[in-house]
Amino acid sequence: MEEREVTFIVKRFYRNEWREDRYEFKAVRGMTVLDGLFHIRDNIDPSLSFRASCRMGICGSCGMVINGKAMLACSTQIFDLGTDVVRIEPLRNMEALKDLISDFDDFFEKHRRVKPYLIRKEEKSIEEGEYIQTPDELRKYRQYSLCIKCGLCYDACSITGSNKEYLGPAALASACRFIMDSRDQGEDERIPLVSDHTGCWRCHFMAECSEVCPKEVDPADAIQKLKRKALIYSLKRLFRR
Amino acid sequence: MIVQHDVTIIGAGLAGLRASIGAAEKSDRISIALVSKIYPLRSHSVCAEGGTGAALREGDSVELHSWDTVKGSDFLGDQDAIEFFCSIAPREVILLEHWGCPWSRTENGMLDQRPFGGHSFPRACYAADRTGFHEMHTLYERSLMYDNIERYSEYFVTSLIIEDNRVRGVTAIDLRTGELMVFQSKAVIIATGGAGRLYEFTTYSHTVTGDGMAIAYRAGIPLKDMEFFQFHPTGLLPSGILITEGARGEGGYLLNNRNERFMERYAPEKMELAPRDIVSRSMMTEINEGRGFEGPYGQYLLLDLRHLGEEKINEKLPLIREASIKFSGVDPVEEPIPVRPVAHYTMGGIHTNMYTETPVKGLYSAGEAACVSIHGANRLGTNSTMECLVFGGVAGERAAEFALGNDFAPVSSDYVKEEERRLFDDLLSRNGDERISVIRDEMRSTMERHVGIFRNGEDLKTGLRKIQELKERFKNISITDKGRSFNTELTHALEVDFMLDLAEVVVSGALLREESRGAHYRTDFPKRDDKKWLKHTLAYYTPEGPKFDYIPVTITKWKPVERKY
Ligand SMILES: Cc1cc2nc3c(=O)[nH]c(=O)nc-3n(C[C@H](O)[C@H](O)[C@H](O)COP(=O)(O)OP(=O)(O)OC[C@H]3O[C@@H](n4cnc5c(N)ncnc54)[C@H](O)[C@@H]3O)c2cc1C
Ligand code: SF4
Ligand code: SF4
Ligand code: FES
Repeated sequence: MEEREVTFIVKRFYRNEWREDRYEFKAVRGMTVLDGLFHIRDNIDPSLSFRASCRMGICGSCGMVINGKAMLACSTQIFDLGTDVVRIEPLRNMEALKDLISDFDDFFEKHRRVKPYLIRKEEKSIEEGEYIQTPDELRKYRQYSLCIKCGLCYDACSITGSNKEYLGPAALASACRFIMDSRDQGEDERIPLVSDHTGCWRCHFMAECSEVCPKEVDPADAIQKLKRKALIYSLKRLFRR
Repeated sequence: MIVQHDVTIIGAGLAGLRASIGAAEKSDRISIALVSKIYPLRSHSVCAEGGTGAALREGDSVELHSWDTVKGSDFLGDQDAIEFFCSIAPREVILLEHWGCPWSRTENGMLDQRPFGGHSFPRACYAADRTGFHEMHTLYERSLMYDNIERYSEYFVTSLIIEDNRVRGVTAIDLRTGELMVFQSKAVIIATGGAGRLYEFTTYSHTVTGDGMAIAYRAGIPLKDMEFFQFHPTGLLPSGILITEGARGEGGYLLNNRNERFMERYAPEKMELAPRDIVSRSMMTEINEGRGFEGPYGQYLLLDLRHLGEEKINEKLPLIREASIKFSGVDPVEEPIPVRPVAHYTMGGIHTNMYTETPVKGLYSAGEAACVSIHGANRLGTNSTMECLVFGGVAGERAAEFALGNDFAPVSSDYVKEEERRLFDDLLSRNGDERISVIRDEMRSTMERHVGIFRNGEDLKTGLRKIQELKERFKNISITDKGRSFNTELTHALEVDFMLDLAEVVVSGALLREESRGAHYRTDFPKRDDKKWLKHTLAYYTPEGPKFDYIPVTITKWKPVERKY
């Protein structure tokens, strides 16, 4: 089995100060960056803190900046990085709380603000069964429903970095997911929420967010769709008046 | 700090989220705390892939679903509870649909269902291969609609406050500040999930450490049927990530170190597609008899897909290819995948009746943390996510009702002081010479080796002695990080401490149960023994170790017969 000496340089926020710690250990083939961090915690420095749960790229816990790029630690093979020196830091554009743990409260609060649930004028009773939705209708929003809320896009987006009010790529993709769902009737509530000065018009469409997204949600594309929807909506409102 | 909520729910996986909505819908006059040691969407439930079972269509029925479940449980499931469960299941699928779940559809837009092992009708509703993920997101997002649900994410619950057989609240560490908080509550629901991390090799998320079970056990509530642990044949090395049955369904071979398709010896007709428990046992026999491979992550066998060709692998098994490359560094088009049987489900749990009530007033439990029991000695795939939905909903409603009819009970400040002392003056200040990770790893390998797929009296006794020794050694651990904010070393110590108690219950229960039933296989007692053992195990905490009692299984219409497939 292939083995290699590697060095992890971890930028930590520890006791309210930034510092860098170097850890050297033997990595074997198959080991992910997350395995490496667990190895450090278990064998070298038990005080090192980071978030992790599923270790299979689905829970969104382990986003961090690895050699300058936002990635999921659990889905990144050490040997695929092409270097034996691995620099790790917490996600940017969020406040660091401890070591690699950064504050997601604002991220989740923005998600909540876009009303990410089906809004119906009237709900069907259970006895009447499911709403009918064809596979084609499902495909219209499916991609946007795959977001794992990992925050990598939040790290990559420069507008998020410079404008605290901006809803950001993940929350806007989530709004799009519901707006495109054939079962949803919440246009009147949701579109105004995502098209004011904190919403889709802020985005400059350079698509850094889509580039780092590990689930191919393509939030930049979602935001373009939102812009179109918002335009049509405001035109409709004009005529209704 | 003390906060008051009518209902406190511990855990925000499928069961906890469903419970929060159940309670919120019951009345908007009650306030609900949803407490979780990780953000809700990080919960293990997002990992469930395959499906969620319910009898929805013509040709299927509650009766048939019930029978499949009873038989699957090897007759240890309570039949009244199972029928109740199967009768509510269809409603839960529709509810989730109405709340936005992107269920996979048939061409004409109805919910699609597919076949699943052990079910005699294709009744698994699914959302592509991300069923649990979509269910979780649907419930979480729906829960945001209710103003009376307050989320406390990254709060680590450490104990239950119970006096005079009445629950009064829970204590939890606010991980951000490191402060101990008290949630004073009329009713409490434990929905903390399974205990899969007891084993070395497991499909479970890192965070599934059985906390709620251990907390309840220490507070005097019995744990039921803990000796029953399900193993799946194919976990991916090194991490244990699940490789679904699909890989063998499409024609994958299992190979040993002599390049033999060894299933020929054990199930010459069905080969790799024999039932899960048979395949798992055959694989362990190969490994035990020296025909496995040895690697830095222990012994393993190979799952070979190469003969299927790149095109078929891409078309039929894209996710398995992706997982092998990302998580194991192996491309199945070019190399066989390293696999080994893997701990996959905790059948046992906190003793409840079919209304999710524990023996303590105001205390409820649901999901994998609880044992109703509908799974008995072996759960069927798709029944566990559904269990979370059905019983999560029931627990939410019941707890809300209880809260509407009762007052807050006082919490003694002595209790809180004592808990603070235990956590911060004792545990956090330990400077012994044992490492937490070493104790944890020894526990996990003991469970793997002595309490795994094959069990026997001698091994179990050795295992028990070892766990007891580890409990003793744990007293002498050291915690190097003395800070308060996100002290993950402290919370990890708490988790290991919880798991040691649970390990002791699992081993002791397995040692006492001198029969083979479902997932519990004793080589020294290879037959099921209904005369002596058609009963549930209850384990009670004592400072000297668990004390056992047994209660009958509820049998309504289905008399036990041999479980054959
Ligand atoms: C890989 C895999 C695939 C699966 N596939 C399927 C499938 O296809 N179909 C099916 O039916 N079942 C499946 N299962 C089983 C199913 O996923 C689980 O049984 C179910 O999700 C458990 O949900 P839960 O709500 O009980 O617990 P969990 O989802 O584990 O949630 C536990 C919650 O408790 C919280 N918690 C724990 N301890 C504490 C503490 N001390 N303080 C505060 N909070 C705490 C956690 O933060 C978390 O929010 C699968 C399991 C695995 C491992
Ligand atoms: S496309 Fe928009 S949301 Fe995405 S990174 Fe650029 S500005 Fe941010
Ligand atoms: S859009 Fe992609 S990168 Fe952003 S949170 Fe969702 S999954 Fe992560
Ligand atoms: S640990 Fe869940 S996404 Fe990495």
